[in-house]
Amino acid sequence: MPESATRVSLKLTVNGKPVQAETDARTLLVEFLRDELDLTGTHIGCDTSFCGACTVLVNGRSAKSCTLFAVQADGAEVLTVEGLIRDGELHPVQQAFVDHHGLQCGFCTPGMMLSAVQLLEQKPNPTEADIRKGLAGNCCRCTGYQNITKSVAAAAAKMGGR
Amino acid sequence: MYPRLFSYHRAASLREAAGLLAELGPEARLLAGGQSLIPLMKLRLAAPPSLIDIGHIPAINYVKSSNGSFAFGALARHADIEKSDAAARIPILHDCAAGIADVQVRNWGTLVGSIAEADPTGDWAPVLLALDTQVQCQGAAGERAVPLADFIRDAFTTALQDGEIISEVRVASPRGKSGGAYIAFKRCAPVYASASVAAQVTMEEGVCRDARIYVGAIGLTPVHAANAEQALRGKAIDQKTAAAAGEAAMSDIDPQSDQRGSAEYKRALVRGLTAEAIQVAARRAAGERVEVAHHYA
Repeated sequence: MPESATRVSLKLTVNGKPVQAETDARTLLVEFLRDELDLTGTHIGCDTSFCGACTVLVNGRSAKSCTLFAVQADGAEVLTVEGLIRDGELHPVQQAFVDHHGLQCGFCTPGMMLSAVQLLEQKPNPTEADIRKGLAGNCCRCTGYQNITKSVAAAAAKMGGR
Repeated sequence: MYPRLFSYHRAASLREAAGLLAELGPEARLLAGGQSLIPLMKLRLAAPPSLIDIGHIPAINYVKSSNGSFAFGALARHADIEKSDAAARIPILHDCAAGIADVQVRNWGTLVGSIAEADPTGDWAPVLLALDTQVQCQGAAGERAVPLADFIRDAFTTALQDGEIISEVRVASPRGKSGGAYIAFKRCAPVYASASVAAQVTMEEGVCRDARIYVGAIGLTPVHAANAEQALRGKAIDQKTAAAAGEAAMSDIDPQSDQRGSAEYKRALVRGLTAEAIQVAARRAAGERVEVAHHYA
């Protein structure tokens, strides 16, 4: 048990692996992932809930991890960009971003991909409008949205509208 | 950015949360989705010494239907409301739930949290004011129902008393041939609206018997557009009457110039949004299925 109520104990699953930790109650989920678990694939962009670079899935729901306390994910399953790869093979969304030049500087890419994964789970056959609405919470400072949209559409086709 | 240190307390039920609130005092804050509270705390615009987390209570995450009304539990999130029977039955609720910020925020933010915060740019307040909405406030002395119009007192100020928790928000299903629409104008999805309009119209024998119109993001609280409503009553709703109501709405509001636009610009925006929302509302009242989306610059 933590000594003071400003500290909290957490038990969660991150990318399929069980994690047990003690941290400050005020620790944001993104700081917890980056600084305490060394999962630096999740980026901090604006740190004000605008840009979506820090997007991860918590129990299958996308979240801006700069706008959740780590303790809110206690007991949850968290998926970050590091967890998309399976048995050494890129996730179809990752492969599509490679194939269709869906990244320029790459800073927004982890968040874009997690939002895309969430979108394709809910809408396996998205229209372009669906893709744009699904990614509306993710900002690309290179403004490479055309190729990002193409990448998500290609991933949907490859995944065959599961 | 780190918020000020706070003590963390997890409630297993609303009753337990009420007990913690009594114990920790009026400076303690409830944490549900956290989508407004956490940014406020990170910017140190809010620095509560303690948080009571109600986000781990599955029993309060519901949208229930009973006796012609819908009840939204304290943890009902925007994304779940978007897919609820309530949103299918009352399209203006769908417009609102599906258009708040972006997917990530809708996945976590709650309707009750939005009402409790009473942010002048919040989406739910104008929409729920256009319907018949009661706020259930639960305190040590029991539960009381407060009409939403009485609940929202000022910007970020509500009638909720120390020690009280909003247990749920109840919305009555509109009766008769009624339809509504909510349309906002935003620079992009994650930002606050520059202006928004919620309109609910009830038709009888081809004319508007009742209209409820509220303008959001333009004043300290949602603005009741009484002149716009008056312009519709007793009339058939077409492009011309909707445009006249839009003109009238300009006299209902007193917008301030800020980074989202000049007062004159906002007045013009409200004229257009009002006319559009009224026409969609009238078509829905006639039983037509109409999909609308917010306007993004």
